[in-house]
Amino acid sequence: MVQVRVPTPLRKFTGGAEAVQAEGTSVASVVSNLDKQFPGIKDRICDEQGQVRRFVNIFVNGEDIRFLQQLATPVKAGDELSIVPAIAGGR
Amino acid sequence: MSTAATAVRWSVPAGPTSGPFVAHSIVELIGNTPLVEIRAVRDGVPSGVRILAKLEGFNPGGSVKDRPARKMIEVGLAQGKLVPGKTIIDSTSGNTGIALAMIGAALGHPVELVMPGNVSAERKRIVAAFGAKVIFSDPLEGSDGAIRLCRKIIAESPDRYFKPDQYNNEANPLAHFETTGPEIWEQTEGRVTHFVASIGTSGTVMGTGRYLKQRNPAIQVIAAEPEDAFHGLEGLKHMASSIVPGIYHEEELDAKLGIATDEAYDMVLRLAREEGLLVGQSCGATHVAALHVARTLTAPATIVEIFPDFGDRYLSTTLFQSWMDTA
Repeated sequence: MVQVRVPTPLRKFTGGAEAVQAEGTSVASVVSNLDKQFPGIKDRICDEQGQVRRFVNIFVNGEDIRFLQQLATPVKAGDELSIVPAIAGGR
Repeated sequence: MSTAATAVRWSVPAGPTSGPFVAHSIVELIGNTPLVEIRAVRDGVPSGVRILAKLEGFNPGGSVKDRPARKMIEVGLAQGKLVPGKTIIDSTSGNTGIALAMIGAALGHPVELVMPGNVSAERKRIVAAFGAKVIFSDPLEGSDGAIRLCRKIIAESPDRYFKPDQYNNEANPLAHFETTGPEIWEQTEGRVTHFVASIGTSGTVMGTGRYLKQRNPAIQVIAAEPEDAFHGLEGLKHMASSIVPGIYHEEELDAKLGIATDEAYDMVLRLAREEGLLVGQSCGATHVAALHVARTLTAPATIVEIFPDFGDRYLSTTLFQSWMDTA
């Protein structure tokens, strides 16, 4: 299982949980598994083409997947995946 | 501590670029920003409807936030809440922090800023260049996380700090009531019919809207906000899911439009390439809203929209990275 850290605006999908467990061997499969558990969350993270939205950053163990293998980035049990809006919002 | 903190006062010159004029301090050069007509990115707007963008990036700190920052500090000094030796602290995702850092440096007050760790690299470096101390809050908690952390820091040593508190300080909208509103009224010779601004603290839309409605109650005041809580529009708030600012009074708005991040990003690109205006994400959102309003109009109108900053302080963000892929 992969630990997924969820940003505040997406916690309405996770019942308020700031971290959840998900299954998968790549970032893409973890995101799909998240959507099975929390329907609708994938649409917020990915666009109609299935790509990560421009304003969303996903980190695996602190590394931005844009500099790894994007959605194909492999993950393994015990990894931590963080979903973070690219910019902060709110002033 | 510097004696400058109490000695410096400023006046707002009527026209700093016309006739002999030397500013006594950078804070005197805040405001009096230009209006520019949007000629190309109109998307079917009737020809009798003018759209004018107020370019707040011309402020010395590079954004609209210079106005409330100056006013909040001015009022803090006048009320004796900000005295020599006190540190100015606030939570901010960027532009207010830059404004406070700049004004603090000019007046001799130390500045500490609490911001989410994911604000753009340029912003972090600009405030550091002004000598401000930056404290990072958890990026996953967004701007509300910065607000909470800032409260905690102040609670630990309340006598050390002066917190402008832009979300709840009436000096924030007052700055716009006293400057942005009158400037727009004069620059359009009273012809403004609609005012469009994005909402972060809501200070701009509240204060400017209030002034304009006082001059002409028929003027429509429209706010643009992110359409969803999960967005990429730096500086903006989705009100329904946020800690609602104390200065926000929704009943004073004639309309509030939700804008998608992708639509705003695409608009930023078009404004750069079709108008020669390199502006920030919130300007893209604002112009999307302005066009939406403009397309519904059948009579001649003058829409004024606020462009809070220029785009050069977002060059490291995914907005601009995505353009590199399309170049």
